[in-house]
Amino acid sequence: MFPLSSSIEFSLAADLAIALALGVGFGFALERAGFGSARKLTAVFYLYDMAVVKVMFSAVVTTMIGLFALSAIGMLDLSQLYVEPTNLTAQGVGGLLFGAGFLIGGYCPGTSMAAIATGRKDGLVFALGMLAGVYAYAEFTPQLDTWYKATASGELTLPSITGIGMGWWTLLFIAILLAGGWGMARLESRFSGLRPS
Amino acid sequence: MNTTLLRQPGRVELTSGAARSKPFWNPYLAGVLLGLVLLATYLVTGRGLGATAGFAALATWIAGIVSPAQIQASVVHLKYWNEGSPLLNWTLFVLIGALVGAALSGWQGRRFSFIVERGPRVTDGQRLALAFVGGFIAAFGAKIAKGCTSGQALTGSSILNAGSLVFLVAVFVAAFGLAVFLRKEWL
Repeated sequence: MFPLSSSIEFSLAADLAIALALGVGFGFALERAGFGSARKLTAVFYLYDMAVVKVMFSAVVTTMIGLFALSAIGMLDLSQLYVEPTNLTAQGVGGLLFGAGFLIGGYCPGTSMAAIATGRKDGLVFALGMLAGVYAYAEFTPQLDTWYKATASGELTLPSITGIGMGWWTLLFIAILLAGGWGMARLESRFSGLRPS
Repeated sequence: MNTTLLRQPGRVELTSGAARSKPFWNPYLAGVLLGLVLLATYLVTGRGLGATAGFAALATWIAGIVSPAQIQASVVHLKYWNEGSPLLNWTLFVLIGALVGAALSGWQGRRFSFIVERGPRVTDGQRLALAFVGGFIAAFGAKIAKGCTSGQALTGSSILNAGSLVFLVAVFVAAFGLAVFLRKEWL
């Protein structure tokens, strides 16, 4: 049955309407979480407000449980889902740059939308910096895309590498979330002095 | 989920105009909502969410206006050119939707305020300069890694893509490593 895209051919208009509707939910959830605020987002790196990790981790676990459960009862064909080809070097180096940009700039691409929508001028400037960055990449270093493809190692997932099924990984992630929730609450009270009043 | 997770201490708003604005949601609740949106995206489209590709499409649209010859010279521009309609990009529509959704949420929570988010020890000008530089670096990183917090950290991690988990760890390593040098910007 799922994903719908494997049995239904959406028209361009329908496809873009779906994107718009999902985007509304995406932006709503980000803003609700407080992610329209750069200080709330960067607080995680000073350990007094771990909301970024809590939100991301519970989102990942929610999706993982949904994907696993639906595939277990035969309603979802996991093999029909797109997995970005893995390139560990690219993801490692890109992740380091991205993390630096995140802390310096105060936002990430999705959260900058929540910031703009709630009036944050720095969010708008971050988005303009993003635009300049992707423009520069396309103009000056497009060969990095070619390199990525040439050195990618296929679709590597933890189940495919280890042979341990998705259900066990889902359980592990739930356990990490529970233990992490307890640990993060302790960190927050320990570093609460850094919280702006 | 145990009770430690659900208990939330009283929050101090981080934004100015705090007296009027409503508190944010419990982060675990917001995370579950975000996860359900991502799950719905997977179930309908067979792919997850992204954000950076929307910026890339916008950049290619600009390149097409400024200098059409550049489009043919870059495999990256060609990828987003979409036969002359780069603006009809799926992820760009997600971003437009996100603006609407966040505006709705912010309006309902009375959190709209026309300010620059920064710590008290930097000026607005310095903060805006850092926002631009940070956006530029983050964009470059996302292009190299083929995804950002949305495309890699959320979408890829939830399907246990090994590269996405490496990305996630690298993001936190770099940001925690730099945090000590940027205390002035944020604290």
